Amino acid sequence: MSIDKPKSFQEIILRLQSYWAEHGCAVMQSYDMEVGAGTFHPATTMRSLGSTPWSAAYVQPSRRPTDGRYGDSPNRWQHYYQYQVIIKPSPPNLQELYLGSLRAIGIDMAMHDIRFVEDDWESPTLGAWGLGWEVWCDGMEVSQFTYFQQVGGHDCKPVSGELTYGLERLAMYILNCDDGNEMPFNAPDAPIPLTYGDVFREAEAQYARWNFDVADTDTLLRHFEDAEAECARILAEPHDDPKTGRRIVMALPAYDQCIKASHVFNLLDARGVISVTERQAYIGRVRTLAKACADAFVQTRAGGWAA
Amino acid sequence: MSDLLIELFSEEIPARMQAKAADDLKRLVTNGLVEAGLTYASAGAFSTPRRLVLTVEGLNDRSADVREERKGPRTDAPEKALEGFLRSTGLTKDQLEERDDKKGAVWFAIVEKPGRAASEIVAEVLDATIRNFPWPKSMRWGNGSLRWVRPLHSILCILSAEDGAEVVPLDVDGIVSGDVTFGHRFLAPDAIKVVNFDDCSTKLKQAYVVLDASERAEAIWADATNQAFANGLEVIEDRGLLAEVAGLVEWPVVLMGPIAKDYLNLPSEVLQLSMKEHQKFFSVKNPKTGRIEQFITVANIETADNGATILAGNGRVLSARLADGKFFWENDLREAKSGMKGWLQALENVTFHNKLGSVAEQIERISDLSGHLAATTGADPVMATTAAQLSKADLSSEMVYEFPELQGVMGRYYSAEAGHDAAIGAAIEEHYSPLGPSDDVPTAPVSMAVALAAKVDTLAGFWVIDEKPTGSKDPFALRRAALGVIRLAVENDLRFGLRDVFARQATVVSKAQDGSDGVDSDAISDSLMGFVHDRLKVYLKDRGVKHDVIDASVAMPGNDDLSLLVRRAEALSGFLRTDDGENLVQGFKRANNMLTAEEKKDGVEYSFGADIKFAETDEERALFAALDAGEPAIVAAMGAEDFETAMAAMAQLRGPVDAFFKAVKVNADSDVIRRNRLNLLSRISKTCLSVADLTRLEG
Repeated sequence: MSIDKPKSFQEIILRLQSYWAEHGCAVMQSYDMEVGAGTFHPATTMRSLGSTPWSAAYVQPSRRPTDGRYGDSPNRWQHYYQYQVIIKPSPPNLQELYLGSLRAIGIDMAMHDIRFVEDDWESPTLGAWGLGWEVWCDGMEVSQFTYFQQVGGHDCKPVSGELTYGLERLAMYILNCDDGNEMPFNAPDAPIPLTYGDVFREAEAQYARWNFDVADTDTLLRHFEDAEAECARILAEPHDDPKTGRRIVMALPAYDQCIKASHVFNLLDARGVISVTERQAYIGRVRTLAKACADAFVQTRAGGWAA
Repeated sequence: MSDLLIELFSEEIPARMQAKAADDLKRLVTNGLVEAGLTYASAGAFSTPRRLVLTVEGLNDRSADVREERKGPRTDAPEKALEGFLRSTGLTKDQLEERDDKKGAVWFAIVEKPGRAASEIVAEVLDATIRNFPWPKSMRWGNGSLRWVRPLHSILCILSAEDGAEVVPLDVDGIVSGDVTFGHRFLAPDAIKVVNFDDCSTKLKQAYVVLDASERAEAIWADATNQAFANGLEVIEDRGLLAEVAGLVEWPVVLMGPIAKDYLNLPSEVLQLSMKEHQKFFSVKNPKTGRIEQFITVANIETADNGATILAGNGRVLSARLADGKFFWENDLREAKSGMKGWLQALENVTFHNKLGSVAEQIERISDLSGHLAATTGADPVMATTAAQLSKADLSSEMVYEFPELQGVMGRYYSAEAGHDAAIGAAIEEHYSPLGPSDDVPTAPVSMAVALAAKVDTLAGFWVIDEKPTGSKDPFALRRAALGVIRLAVENDLRFGLRDVFARQATVVSKAQDGSDGVDSDAISDSLMGFVHDRLKVYLKDRGVKHDVIDASVAMPGNDDLSLLVRRAEALSGFLRTDDGENLVQGFKRANNMLTAEEKKDGVEYSFGADIKFAETDEERALFAALDAGEPAIVAAMGAEDFETAMAAMAQLRGPVDAFFKAVKVNADSDVIRRNRLNLLSRISKTCLSVADLTRLEG
């Protein structure tokens, strides 16, 4: 059987969506905040906590301000997409499921060299780590494959399996494009064909300028402090809501503040105002928030709390 | 007799852990079998990315019956004691035997343990081995609590004999043992039933799995070198990479491809490192041009197009990587050609240590000291200073930011681009060396000056701010720096007083630090010399010199001239290995101990005036003659720092000293004669001590 190859960036996303939907994942939408990676979506960080089974897949736009190249680089952008799959407990055939997803987006296993190369994952900001691999296709890293062992300082029981696909890089490989900006975003034979560069190049230049030179550092520093304070304030509220009389632990609103602080930190880093020693301190502050949010989430029903 | 075959089949095991895991499996299982009373003829273990395999041949079918006698309490002992004994043996009172012992009647228990079937023992041992396996890092998966390096999928465990194989029943957290294995993930993924190791290994090979990692490595190397040779090229050997690559594949397929023309002019170190680190490629060199022109990748699969798609993909990935490298290199070259001032300026904002200032300040101190040390190493002081000024410039370059391992190497390239002498480039590259006990020590004069200065500055700096290594903690690698100083001085026979150099640099550091020389530089240099002497003991121990010999040498003047110190210690060490040397030291000790004891008793010092006219025996006269002849020879040899000759002259004293002690009573009745003999002992002692402080020798 010859493999039907996708023709555009969006077709790869659509095929991944339908593949994982067919395999039982809740196909969710992107989280509506700026994050550095798909892992930050509460559907991963928060839902990997506690014992409640979970299965979700989604595209997550991600921002890494320091990777900005004004839209000129063939393979680096400050805004890019990750495709994320999270299944708890990790099923025994997760590797097979993953390989099936590569087949679905046009990679013929009989013609390519797929390898699982050791790559342990650690997020100092989330207080999380896991063991797994980077998956190589003909020498190129196309995904991260991780069995979460700890998140927010909590042991993961059961263990979640996480798959992260770097969509631009994967698509460039499948679509045979050396310059990501030239990659077809929609169908090349559409009435108005658009490339990835058509969609994002302008934004890349604008954000690169803002990230590197214009973002007001005093404002950002204040935002960091505000998010940190608000996160702590939310979590200090009693679990019983005085108005409704219901038990409501506000882990998710608090976690939004943690996400915000993390992104503001990344912006400050891109502005070059954080020294090497301060860096560790900032990462530690975000981790403190992430851990507090994880502590709160396991106090919720979704996090496995039972009265 | 039967043969045991075990296979633990899992998701991909990190390459670096496979060999040790196979050894651990063999060790833990065979030890467990032996402890349980089984013996075996031979065992072998193998690993691939997805499995550990153990074969144990010639295993007993049962362990032997064991009969054990245990002595219990006396028959008239309190009831409690008997109860305890029954509990510990698991017997009842009527099963005990009463025997007569020296002290009366005593209970004896006879515990009989019948032998057990091998199958039962294997199941127990393997279960414990899996649960307690010493992975460097392990994990849980799914709902389970079992830990393995990555999810464990199946356990093959069979005992086979002439008449067939039987599965050893075993259930480890829901993974039930069986007699099937699986072939290559893509080429032959189906279950395969096996009956013994040979069957397993043959069937796996048919299913595209080579069990033996060394067989895979040999196949890769043979194929790689053949392909390169056929094209008039040669593969750059890299054993670490070969072992790693052999751990990434079950069915190695070697593919060679070209590096795109645009990147052939990158420094070979950049090409090699980039290909190895990121892609696990071997570098292939053209011996005619000396350039790296092709790469070799090892795939895990045979394809219908003979790897063409895979090779093309790898080539594209490499080009994308090297495009980054080329971008960095070209940007760096612009800066290098303009003199690297921007890079040096940037180092003003890079902290070396918060109490020792920026890297730029560190460079200033090293440059100053390099100029000072140039005379010692025979370097041109201006060149030494210039090399030191530029020694860290490449830390600001984009290439070193990307590949920190290339620090120094890139500096050499950039220095050449900036038009500096090759000796300066070499010093930039080599000033980090030596990094350990066995790598190369710089030998070029400019390199030696800068390498020495860099290490002395680091040591003096951390001593000034009181950040010395403690126990196993040495975050700034100061022990390594001290070893570097030792190796630079000793292996190049550099002659200088290290104490003054330390004191000088401690003053420079503290002045730069707070604008005053508020430290006791003498105390710091003394402490540093102690640290260096301790490191020297480790260094010389590896060269076969004992620590007390070093103590005896360190106690002499000039102990901060490390070359001299080591020559003295090695000569003394050689001397002590001779019969004369060993005996002379005993004679010296006897003389010295007696002298000290008598001086203490008498409250005087017998240090002068032994006179041959009071000698009563031939042995005394012979000793006078030997000392008269030996002393000037030793003094002359010591003056010429010729320790071997001095020790050889000292060896001549052995016979007369031994004869003297044998024949002569030192504490003679005549006071005059006694005093004369004590003064003679003092001459022996003084002569011997002029070579090394022999009182420090043990034994």
